[in-house]
Amino acid sequence: MKSLRMEIESRIEEITPSVEEALSFCSSVGFSDDALFNIDIPLREALANAIEHGNRRDLEKSVVLTVNETEDGVEIGVRDFGEGFDPSDVADPTDPKNLMATSGRGLLFMRSLLDSVEWENHPEGGTVVTMLKKRV
Amino acid sequence: MAELNISVRQAGDVTILDLEGKVTIGEGSIALRTEVRNLIAEGKTKVLLNMSGISYCDSSGLGELVSSFSAVTRDGGSMKLLNLTKKLKELMSITKLLTVFENFEDEETALASYN
Repeated sequence: MKSLRMEIESRIEEITPSVEEALSFCSSVGFSDDALFNIDIPLREALANAIEHGNRRDLEKSVVLTVNETEDGVEIGVRDFGEGFDPSDVADPTDPKNLMATSGRGLLFMRSLLDSVEWENHPEGGTVVTMLKKRV
Repeated sequence: MAELNISVRQAGDVTILDLEGKVTIGEGSIALRTEVRNLIAEGKTKVLLNMSGISYCDSSGLGELVSSFSAVTRDGGSMKLLNLTKKLKELMSITKLLTVFENFEDEETALASYN
């Protein structure tokens, strides 16, 4: 089974090249172009959250991205070194009173486009997002 | 090359922005914000975004669409969408933003809707 690990600087500009490298890896383990879209968006959201809300763009803190091939797809991990995160604090963006909000849709994309996504507070600090996507 | 390229053209009193690229966090979202705010400053508040060249849009990009929509509406205008790609339509459906934005498949119908 193949795997990929990257340490990413906490800069928004790092998102696109990191996602492209991860997608190239996913393509190499059998994901179609169509399926890659459903990894692309959630991974961008996870990295943006880690950089902006987790590490707060602190260049002293990196984001660790791992992609591991599994029997039926990939497991993707994104870890930041911020103060932790509780996804239940994020309001439902599809609630009519939140429809015109200008933020808060990233978690919805992650939940909708992936097979599973979990957030955990790492015992040594920061948040770890674990995302699973099957090849289908 | 910029993440988002915007070409502006006029059809009567409707300003059409032909967008090409990605509306994502950072450069793409900022470019759209700047262009729409400039139109509002010029009094051009009938705005049609041609999305056929948008490969995708992340949550930040959708947030910017909502922000621009609100800004144009506050100024008494309206902002509508043209030629959403299948993927973008899927993202807007997930977020229920298709219930907010009027969207059209052809330009003629879209332009007629402003009258």
